[in-house]
Amino acid sequence: MISLQDLVKINKYEWEIPQSFRQDMRVPVRIFASRDMIERVLDEKSLEQAVNAATLPGLVGRVLVMPDMHQGYGFPIGGVAATRYPDGVISPGAIGYDINCGVRLLASQIELEAVSGELDALASALNAHCPSGVGGKGAVQVSEKELERVCLEGSRWALKQGFASEQDLRRTEEFGCLAGADPTKVSKRAKERGRPQLGSLGAGNHFIEVDVVDQIFDAEAARVMGLAEGCLAVQIHCGSRGFGHQICQDYVDDFQAAVKRYGIQLPDKELVCAPLNSPEGRDYLGAMRCAANFAFANRQILAHSARQAFEEVLAGRVKNWRLHQVYDIAHNMGKLETHEIDGKLQKVCVHRKGATRAFGPGSPGLPEEYAAIGQPVLVPGSMGTASWVLVGTQASMERSLGSSCHGAGRVMSRAKAKKTVWGSQLRDELEAAGIHVRAGSMAGLAEEAPQAYKDVDAVVEAVAGAEIARKVARLRPVAVIKG
Amino acid sequence: MGCKILYTEIMDHNAAAGYREIDHTADWELAVWADSLPELFRQAALGMYALSGVRVSGADFQAQTITLQASSLEGLLVKFLNELLYLGEDQQKAAQAIEVNLAGDKLHAALQIGTIAAQTKGIKAVTYHNLSIRQEGGIFRVNVIFDV
Repeated sequence: MISLQDLVKINKYEWEIPQSFRQDMRVPVRIFASRDMIERVLDEKSLEQAVNAATLPGLVGRVLVMPDMHQGYGFPIGGVAATRYPDGVISPGAIGYDINCGVRLLASQIELEAVSGELDALASALNAHCPSGVGGKGAVQVSEKELERVCLEGSRWALKQGFASEQDLRRTEEFGCLAGADPTKVSKRAKERGRPQLGSLGAGNHFIEVDVVDQIFDAEAARVMGLAEGCLAVQIHCGSRGFGHQICQDYVDDFQAAVKRYGIQLPDKELVCAPLNSPEGRDYLGAMRCAANFAFANRQILAHSARQAFEEVLAGRVKNWRLHQVYDIAHNMGKLETHEIDGKLQKVCVHRKGATRAFGPGSPGLPEEYAAIGQPVLVPGSMGTASWVLVGTQASMERSLGSSCHGAGRVMSRAKAKKTVWGSQLRDELEAAGIHVRAGSMAGLAEEAPQAYKDVDAVVEAVAGAEIARKVARLRPVAVIKG
Repeated sequence: MGCKILYTEIMDHNAAAGYREIDHTADWELAVWADSLPELFRQAALGMYALSGVRVSGADFQAQTITLQASSLEGLLVKFLNELLYLGEDQQKAAQAIEVNLAGDKLHAALQIGTIAAQTKGIKAVTYHNLSIRQEGGIFRVNVIFDV
């Protein structure tokens, strides 16, 4: 068990677990959080999991932990770790089963006041146009050959099918496609699971939410992103569905033997890994990138479906009902990036699990319009609470491998949430607060109750206080669609 | 339509074999125990179905077998449970009767499967996190964490 005394305070929002804390640590752990936030996780395993992550071979710099941290499996949620390329390792469990789970934000010039009477119809239309639920089939079903094109092209494939615009692609992390995807490294079973699921939301904590831009903190950045106070926006949170889950599962199984072959000792079987330059490591990278591209295409199709829903309900009722893309970011991904670490530029594999990229102004890979303001960082709150739009900073490049938080972060177990909260009562409370709800399961709704999550405003205060992201706008929900 | 079978969420903790949900902040954790390894695997499967709220239609049971190989008992357990998850997603089927045989690094399971009539929650995958099958006082125990 780790106690507060084991941590060294760097400043109000930065703490460190020194490498000397445990003999098998290869690097220290740096935590971006307030004292209060750290005290609240001391009775669970997120810090212990961060220390375990610090044992991965080939790590450079520090293992980083964001303020929305909570225990996961193997690697903590909110964790970031960079391994040296090409002889460091890649760990599928440090990326997660839902490869490229992420968030897309669409914005509009639709004033809430003008459409407040249409929100219920909008929630129903989104629910109808965007398939959701356990194992649900998607809006688009593809052949194996077509799926391989999705793997190679990501959002570019969606553009060719008429589901996207060039602006959508420009405003997506990696422009909607990770290079180096290799469909021959994806199992037949993964392909079978993926073929019917493109354009589907899934279940669990995935959602589509209609928000209103409630408050602007950086007028210039908001203007560049097209975020206008009092106007509607849409968030889409989902990932690579069964396709990504199966790819991760296949490689976590295979790597159980790989660690023995490479003589790698680990404190947890879920952290299994292989050197990036090994056949096993290269195969996983190729397959993982297929799942990442699948997820980019998946969210793109869902964005297209959301636009159809808006057109169906609002065309002719408001002057401009269109939704433009603000940005799309991943929060479960492994990527080769170059960062200045320990005073020198190094090519590394950055594992982000429950953490987002947050590149600062002038960083490579940003669309021209965002070069001056930095990369948008999307931080969805819990159901019924605020969400945030932030931007990456120069400090995030220097201190957090260009990374920031990904959400509110859970504090209550699903078991406790469903004992504490009745799904139908929660739905009624949300509706009474003016939030229109469509949910596939009342039990699932209860597990995602707002009280099961941290205060997203406090999480954002911590990343803003640590200067690894800057506030742009706060969003308030008016309709939620859950699988 | 036949009768529905609901995997019970309430277990007698003193029973020779069973499962119960453990608090886990983000995912689902299941404690499983049994007086034999095949029964431990069966209880883990029943517990997983209970967590995801699976209901099976009792009208159309069919026989199905699963054969798996892994380098460890824990690997066999993960693969077995993942195989059942896949059966649910691919064929919308769940096992009502499960008989497990273990021999060396192989598992053979004989199932009676029926159509899933309802499922309240989904499981993405079965994880290896801190997975360790142990024997304490003649009882086999394991804690399994599911990514949800």
